[in-house]
Amino acid sequence: MAFNIIVLAKQVPDTRNVGKDAMKADGTVNRAALAAIFNPEDLNALEQALRIKEQFPGTKITMLTMGPGRAADILREGLFRGADDGVLLTDRAFAGADTLATSYALSMAAKKIGSYDIIISGRQAIDGDTAQVGPQIAEKLNIPQITYAEDIEKIENGKVRVKRRLEHGVEIVECPLPAVITVNGSAAPCRPRNAKLLQKYKHAKTITERQVEHIDYIDIYSSRPYLNLTEWSVADVNADPVQCGLSGSPTKVKKIENVVFQAKESKRLTDNDAEIDELMRELIENHTIG
Amino acid sequence: MANFYTDTPQFRHYLEHPLMKRIVELKERNYADKETCDYAPMDFEDAMDSYYKVLEVVGEICGDIIEPNAEAVDQSGPTVSDGRVTYAAATQENLNALNKAELMGMGLSRKYGGLNFPMVPYMISADIVSRADASFQNIWMLQDCGETIYEFAEEEQKNKFLPRIVKGETMSMDLTEPDAGSDLQAVMLKASYNEKEGQWYLNGVKRFITNGDADIHLVLARSEEGTKDARGLSMFVYDKKNGGVNVRRIENKMGIKGAPTCELVFKNAKAELIGARRMGLIRYVMSLMNGARLGIMAQSVGISEAATREAYDYAIERRQFGKAIIEFPPVYEMLANMRAKTDASRTLLYETCRFVDMYKTLEDIARERKLTPEERAEMKYYSRLADAFTPLGKGMSSEYANQNAYDAIQVHGGSGYMKDYKCERLYRDARITNIYEGTTQLQVIAAIRHVTTGTYLQRIKEYQAMPVVPELEPLQRVLSKMAQMYEKLVELVTSPKDEEYIDFHARRLVESVGHVIVGHLLLQDTNKNPELFRRSAEVYIHYGQIEVVKNYNFVTKSRIEDMAYYKPGLTV
Repeated sequence: MAFNIIVLAKQVPDTRNVGKDAMKADGTVNRAALAAIFNPEDLNALEQALRIKEQFPGTKITMLTMGPGRAADILREGLFRGADDGVLLTDRAFAGADTLATSYALSMAAKKIGSYDIIISGRQAIDGDTAQVGPQIAEKLNIPQITYAEDIEKIENGKVRVKRRLEHGVEIVECPLPAVITVNGSAAPCRPRNAKLLQKYKHAKTITERQVEHIDYIDIYSSRPYLNLTEWSVADVNADPVQCGLSGSPTKVKKIENVVFQAKESKRLTDNDAEIDELMRELIENHTIG
Repeated sequence: MANFYTDTPQFRHYLEHPLMKRIVELKERNYADKETCDYAPMDFEDAMDSYYKVLEVVGEICGDIIEPNAEAVDQSGPTVSDGRVTYAAATQENLNALNKAELMGMGLSRKYGGLNFPMVPYMISADIVSRADASFQNIWMLQDCGETIYEFAEEEQKNKFLPRIVKGETMSMDLTEPDAGSDLQAVMLKASYNEKEGQWYLNGVKRFITNGDADIHLVLARSEEGTKDARGLSMFVYDKKNGGVNVRRIENKMGIKGAPTCELVFKNAKAELIGARRMGLIRYVMSLMNGARLGIMAQSVGISEAATREAYDYAIERRQFGKAIIEFPPVYEMLANMRAKTDASRTLLYETCRFVDMYKTLEDIARERKLTPEERAEMKYYSRLADAFTPLGKGMSSEYANQNAYDAIQVHGGSGYMKDYKCERLYRDARITNIYEGTTQLQVIAAIRHVTTGTYLQRIKEYQAMPVVPELEPLQRVLSKMAQMYEKLVELVTSPKDEEYIDFHARRLVESVGHVIVGHLLLQDTNKNPELFRRSAEVYIHYGQIEVVKNYNFVTKSRIEDMAYYKPGLTV
């Protein structure tokens, strides 16, 4: 048994290390000031895919990402860890997409890739924190979805069994394939890059990269076809341009506010029940708890 | 999110040494593998790029997994039951991470699935792994035993064992026994050949075997009945799959607690002979030990780096008398000396690696084709230097690891004496480095030959001929004076032609020449990269100069007859 897996991954600004200049004056994210990284939960998703590949030899993992040219880094990072192939969805017409337009574009790309058994991604990206793209893709492809996955426990007889991490415990669910699975950050961390794959794929490039960058070894792209990363435009995935990018995005940002957390005056209690009761009453009254 | 490779720019400096171009060309046989292997480099630049990238992975695994695991490894350690060892859970996690990353056959040829890395990037990995967890470095570095199989075993044996090492099977070298420690000629473990089966069997006991429950063991055993010396010993490989070896106990050690140190019982254990009979100790163990000594050098440097950083971080944080303790001269002097000794050990390590790379690679090429007379001369030249620098470097770097670990505790004050701080583990881990794979005293014995025959002095003359920028000339002059003093010292000690007198002062001679050599190496480093090395060069050369003067005074201010006072007497 072998499966075709699509791993959806996103290149995101590293919002965990935010400096002063993280936001521009107009309230949008200053991407230039933040390092571009592999969205952390997408790495958890990739690890789940790699484990399936280990268990079922012959399984093929295709990395799929949407973004500007430099997002090809994400595809290479996937290849360095054991993915087989990479597709970059890139086109000016995809720019400014909200979750609806993004899931539309990605679902069209998934259709173009064709025979998929599992589409797997992180629960959410650290730049938007919406957790909507995965579920929307499942809806658009009309296949089941499992969210908050922590571990893909078993694949058998066309069904997948998954442990979900919920707020108050875990839940084990099963669904038929093909399915979309979104993976939680509590899942196993992704393995490190593999030394041999790193050396094998370090020259992998998209066609645009080969056109704009200085390339040291030109002949290898014909003798080693695996070094050619696929690049698709709106037209390549047969998408409707109106449903892509800004025009396909009903979400409009009205206003962005900077919220500054401030510590208020502190209160010191002694360890007697009366004072604790008093505090409880106070917290319930001002709706901090309850 | 720490990266132990990228946070230490010294590594890049050593990778960029001019000799690397020649080393990589030889190692890659003019980049022939690119035709058949998809991860082989295209050319020199591509090979270097691969080293940088792979070392970044090693640095990441060390910073994010191995170092954070080190405390738990130290506390729980391995266990033994029913003759089998189980690693600490965190040690196993470290191994899994390195296996998944395929970092287990770094030095081995691609023919067997290895990465074909030269010694320089390979030992940079060992240096980083040791900084993260010295005990884990032991287990990981034992992959180097594969080199001995590669050099001396039959092709069939290489094909059988080497790909397994690359896939992560662990190794051990079973040399020492209860009555054969420093003196390996006394090894008694018996190897007997069953003519009918055409099979060797091993019987006996080995003691103090690091990672003794490994998958693949190299075993030194007495194959020639009735012999008592080195000439009766042969080298065998034992495959755990065949059974016959049990772990009787694991030692409760002071440090490197994550690495199981085993007592092994061989009971009719099937084994294969490696190479020729009777050559076990004379040839193969000597080669094995040289590799192992380089590994311990790297381990020592890693511990020194960790100790220096621990002390530095603490000295910045800790405030007394209204300011950070790093601002007090006695503290910052300690820290500057620690950094200087760490950099000193490291520069000596990579110089030695380059020598080893050069001669070993030429030696390997000689297995494929006849070397040109120039290449043969080159091989001989570097082989001699490697032979001189390995004991010198192992001795110095392991002593410095101890001194640095000691000072790291001193910087921490009372807190350093508590189990709560990492410096306490480093102190225990460092303590073995100047004992195993030959004590410092034995390294001195191996090095003294090169004092008396002039190998070191010849190399110093070569260093002296290397130009430096004008502002470094004063340091160069200091080094010249130190070299003159060393020459005088050699003359004073050797002229009476008394072997015992030479042995008595041997350590003083070896240490003195070590200071001159390391001083020159740091000077060359500074010449190329002043921001990175100037401080250490200045501090180390000051330190070394005083040490040489001290040794000189010891010899000149005592008489040969004074040796009598040191000899064993009737009382303790």
